[in-house]
Amino acid sequence: MARQRHWLEHPVTQNFLVPILAVVLSFSVGAIFIAIVGQNPIEVYYVLFSQTLGNEYGIGQLLFKTTPLIFTGLSVAICFKAGLFNIGAEGQLQIGAFLTALVGMYTFGVPAYLEVPLLILAGMVGGGIWGFIPGYLKAKTGAHEVINTIMLNFVALALVSYFATNLFNVPATVHTPPIAPSGKIPRFDAFLSGFEGSPVNFSIFIAIAACIFVWYYVQRTKLGYELRVVGLNSKAAEYGGISVAKNLILSMTIGGALAGLVGTNYVMGYKYYFEEGFSAETGFMAIAVALLGNNNPFGVILAALLFGMLEYGGLVINTMVPKELVNILQAIVIIFVISSNKIFRKTLNNFLKTRRLSIEQ
Amino acid sequence: MNKRLLHYSLVFLLTSLSLGLQSCGKPKPSGPPNSEVGLVFDVGGRGDKSFNDAAYDGLVMAKDSLGIKYQYIEPGGGADRESALRQLASKKSVGLIFGVGFMFTDDITRIAKDFPDKKFACIDYTYDSTKAIPSNLIPIEFREEEGSFLVGAIAGLMTKTDKVGFIGGMESPLIRKFQVGYQAGVKCVNPKAKVLVAYAGVTPDAFKNPAKGKELALSQYSQGADIIYHASGVTGLGVFEAAREMNKYAIGVDMDQWNEAPGHVLTSMVKKGNMAVYDIIKEWKAGKFKGGMPAIFGLRDDGVDFVYDKNNKPLIPKSVYDRVEQLKQDIIDGKIKVPAR
Repeated sequence: MARQRHWLEHPVTQNFLVPILAVVLSFSVGAIFIAIVGQNPIEVYYVLFSQTLGNEYGIGQLLFKTTPLIFTGLSVAICFKAGLFNIGAEGQLQIGAFLTALVGMYTFGVPAYLEVPLLILAGMVGGGIWGFIPGYLKAKTGAHEVINTIMLNFVALALVSYFATNLFNVPATVHTPPIAPSGKIPRFDAFLSGFEGSPVNFSIFIAIAACIFVWYYVQRTKLGYELRVVGLNSKAAEYGGISVAKNLILSMTIGGALAGLVGTNYVMGYKYYFEEGFSAETGFMAIAVALLGNNNPFGVILAALLFGMLEYGGLVINTMVPKELVNILQAIVIIFVISSNKIFRKTLNNFLKTRRLSIEQ
Repeated sequence: MNKRLLHYSLVFLLTSLSLGLQSCGKPKPSGPPNSEVGLVFDVGGRGDKSFNDAAYDGLVMAKDSLGIKYQYIEPGGGADRESALRQLASKKSVGLIFGVGFMFTDDITRIAKDFPDKKFACIDYTYDSTKAIPSNLIPIEFREEEGSFLVGAIAGLMTKTDKVGFIGGMESPLIRKFQVGYQAGVKCVNPKAKVLVAYAGVTPDAFKNPAKGKELALSQYSQGADIIYHASGVTGLGVFEAAREMNKYAIGVDMDQWNEAPGHVLTSMVKKGNMAVYDIIKEWKAGKFKGGMPAIFGLRDDGVDFVYDKNNKPLIPKSVYDRVEQLKQDIIDGKIKVPAR
């Protein structure tokens, strides 16, 4: 007789159940910390959830925080697929967003149907170059991409910081002049009054499109196949006639270009200029997003939503608990979700097994 | 074993939840409408021993002597400033919101327009006379040049080498105000004195680079300067380090920095962000909030000053102190106009 499968054993159920369980557990650990600083955890969590998920404004803020995490999460994920560890998303997004603003401020009078693609392209080129460099160095010299991407982060941050505070800034500010009005991406609140005041804008659809592109590229094209083979076993790939060097460079360049799209959210969709220090280290959070999303483009969306919620939620509860506690809470969630995957799955399956045995006996 | 693990986790979860419930009193009643003060810190937030801490001090003063309640937010990145301001502004109980730092200029102007029935104030707001200020917003401006003028006068009177130094953080109009006022102060009392000027950099990082501060200070001391005034945030810690090493004097900024190098801090130019925050809360509470125009805190308003207390009294001769007090009075009376650029 074929063994009946318990519904809890189904991989799809588990894929959802395990992270949810981990999040719940991490929140209860977080509750202890909240109680330690003398606040009421239930009250804090109530505020956290009701202000992020309870109204359109909160959802808008959450989505606004999610968008750059999707771009950078994808950037890290596609590099992972090729076996590369891209720590450089922060630098790539800085260069990309700055280039978007730079091109935008010099192209007044260009119609929107050209200006928008032009600025998007500028961001991709900027980020792409910043991804290409470590990819090329890895392919040609074997220099480790982790070191080179970290170093290029410093270079990017310093360069952009200098440009945005000295060469291209509005005097006495740390931001550039505004981009041409035709390059603006509309905000949700231009159409839906419920989102009034929240900066969420249509760049989130560019992010979703990017997800579909990455999925299609990796899973459905010949190049994507090569990329995966290189990631799984580069020696075997070489032996099979796949150019490892080409795929390393290509994946880093695409990864950089994806990170470079962050400017669509902030520069084209929100402030309409580049500002020094706008990103708050999104590019580093992206590594956790990619890992949590299992390097799957759609997993990245879900992970980015969770992190987006934590980021905005952190701000929401900041009037009740200190900022350090918000950081602790975020860190606990990340650690639990990422490390508990195996533990929970095993525990769950063992639990089911012992239960079955006891029923059969 | 694993079954037990699961049980433990569940027990743990329930315990912590009940712990949560236990500490659950009634939800705190939020105060009556427009009775509380909100404040959003600059990136960096509390603990900078500078204007963020000074602003916080103002809140505490207002709480102690006016009995107001306050809430604050420490945003993480540039995109958070507007949401933090908006979040406080949309609370019924909050009536007055502060932004700390010039970076808030655009954000707070926008939010002030979106919430016309709330009041706003912004420390170091970049005032642009061509743009209208919403009537519910007060840009807070300090006359840093006036305070710098006085410490410049002290340096000018006390230098033995006729050479003094200035070290700025990021080259910017704001820091140039300190430099220009200082130079004017030195020249006013000692026309033949020379002022060496150096900046730590051209990006905001120049405010967080003590190593660079030390390097610049050592170089100025070895060129003959015997007193250095810094306006460079954390970078200045390096200046004090150099002063201690070379056994020379340094002048602190923003707050009394005596403790950074006791015996080597001649004086400090204090910028009383706490007074500004306190004053505005007081006016607001009395129903006398006046927006649309910058509120200026200079020597006259006790917004800037120099330190002269039991610590540094032995370092500054009485004659120097009297002369500087006279200059201070002259500035307050308008007899001396201190340049700002």
